[in-house]
Amino acid sequence: MKNLLIAVMLAVLTPLAAFAQDASLDDKINDAFASSTGWFVSLIFSPLPFDVAGSSFPWIVMWLVIGATVFTIYFGLVQLRAFGHAISLVKGDYSDPNDAGEVSHFQALATALSGTVGLGNIAGVAVAVSIGGPGATFWMILAGLLGMASKFTECTLGVKYRNEYDDGSVSGGPMYYMTKGFAERGLPGGKVLAVLFAIFCIFGSLGGGNMFQANQAHAQISGIVGDYPGWITGVIFAIVVFLVIVGGIKSIARVTEKVVPFMGIMYVLVALIILLVNYDKIGWAFGQIFAGAFTGLGVAGGFVGALIQGFKRAAFSNEAGVGSAAIAHSAVRTKEPVTEGVVSLLEPFIDTVVICTMTALVITISGVLVVDPATGNYVLNEAGSAIQTIDGSSGVQLTSAAFATGFSWFPYVLAIAVILFAFSTMISWSYYGLKAWTYLVGEGAAKELTFKIIFCLFVIIGAAAKLGAVIDFSDAMIFAMAVVNITALYFLMPVVKAEMNSYFARLKSGEIVKHK
Amino acid sequence: MTETVFVVGIDGSDAGERALAFAKERAKAVGNCTLVLCYVIEWSPFSFQTKEENEMRHKRREEEISLAHSRVLDPAVVATADDDVSVIGVVKHGDVAEILDGLAKKHGAAQIFVGRVGIRGLKERVFGGVTGRLVASASVPVTIIP
Repeated sequence: MKNLLIAVMLAVLTPLAAFAQDASLDDKINDAFASSTGWFVSLIFSPLPFDVAGSSFPWIVMWLVIGATVFTIYFGLVQLRAFGHAISLVKGDYSDPNDAGEVSHFQALATALSGTVGLGNIAGVAVAVSIGGPGATFWMILAGLLGMASKFTECTLGVKYRNEYDDGSVSGGPMYYMTKGFAERGLPGGKVLAVLFAIFCIFGSLGGGNMFQANQAHAQISGIVGDYPGWITGVIFAIVVFLVIVGGIKSIARVTEKVVPFMGIMYVLVALIILLVNYDKIGWAFGQIFAGAFTGLGVAGGFVGALIQGFKRAAFSNEAGVGSAAIAHSAVRTKEPVTEGVVSLLEPFIDTVVICTMTALVITISGVLVVDPATGNYVLNEAGSAIQTIDGSSGVQLTSAAFATGFSWFPYVLAIAVILFAFSTMISWSYYGLKAWTYLVGEGAAKELTFKIIFCLFVIIGAAAKLGAVIDFSDAMIFAMAVVNITALYFLMPVVKAEMNSYFARLKSGEIVKHK
Repeated sequence: MTETVFVVGIDGSDAGERALAFAKERAKAVGNCTLVLCYVIEWSPFSFQTKEENEMRHKRREEEISLAHSRVLDPAVVATADDDVSVIGVVKHGDVAEILDGLAKKHGAAQIFVGRVGIRGLKERVFGGVTGRLVASASVPVTIIP
């Protein structure tokens, strides 16, 4: 059966991939997408009607910042207060031995992290630092810290309002807390929000969670082995993704799940070694980050430019407020939804405050960004859109070049890491997309297979074509998820507060006990 | 005369059977003895899983427990129980050495009986096998049946 499926898949995909490689078709798809979706992209990324410190400011960035700030204040700096408790929970100190064998907090956190740690931490940070300067790092860290409260809110709700089925499986996420939570509080519109969220989530999974990843993975591979048609990468990736999500070849997924954390740890270790070797420059780098955060050090858009880049890339990387993590975390079978929220607040911390900051520090210290020795400011490229780099690289290549100043072999490891990260992000998003899809069209083998095949087709299109407009659109979709999700979180945050107060009161009174 | 408790680790293997037979013999000799038979399903809360595995985990856990009961534990309990020896059967998820010692502590057991498990792979050569770890960490005497 599996062999037959693969044969059918290949027969369908190969001509389609060759078709997608056709330059004129690329242009056609681009044009069609741009004209039909451009308005949506412009709407999502449109600037506020007024200038902030003399620069235009996209409202969506403001939306994410305000959301995260509101949750931080409303939950009384839960990210600081519950940080230690989060670590105890992950260590299993509060796990009831009688529940051994269920999904542990550590497993839920690791699974959710494997979906977020990826290109955002490597390519996204390089983009942020090259456009916004080192100062973007400051805003990125701040966004990561604030985003911890958004994650806490959405993941608590995800567990509280998930569906448990007779066969013992669970489905959860924003769609479920929007409908069930709104109904419970007697609020209208929950269903509308849920449907909107599901639609955005499907497009987000096909775009940012799929095409963008395939595209970047191909760019990375062709950067090493030389240029070759993208559809080849696309078909190979599509087959592997197909084997995992349709063929149910768990071993591949399991290998990825094991290798990705290893890659993540190795990435941080190598970054730490580079930083230790250059320990004398760390103070200077932080000086650049703080100075740049408020003055911009000559980058385009000044400090507002740094702020926008920092916040935008943090949101892309840790997905706080987007709602995707709520889907991943809801599989945990805990009696206390708050515990899952508390554990999930570690995610933006690990993803953004630790890993992204490492990338930014290495880029800053490595000297790949060109500084004018006379003024101490950064030199802009000819277009004036980003800081000039020593070899003209940007994105993953810039991070690669920065790490290569410490270890010349690292670009090869990084290339493998990027490919694996891209793959694990695809697998994660195929799951998020599928959950949204089944929410809309209902559960059933044929319906699920339809989505999975569509997902695989988009892998090929993503790798084969240079679809700038499609990628803009998918980024816009991920932010659109945040618009709907954060709206719902505002209405449901009193539920989380009641849960949180009750939980922490019982923890304090000793009703909730440590088992270790 | 106070009751004596022995914990016996069983896993469906011949060595496990021999451990159980030996423990029953000892129990009869001691008199007024309870045997706690335990089947441990190897499980670590720190392993990495996919999202689908997480989603289905609860169901799988129930299946694992029911299989352990029907295939190994319940037949062993039935075969062991007689007038002289009372038997309790337990299925647990976790680390074998930790679980068996935990049970011994919980029931105030005098001894743990296990069958010897051969060293199976590189990991066990480096970190020690299950029986080795049990001996190293147990709080009561451990009898290993070859």
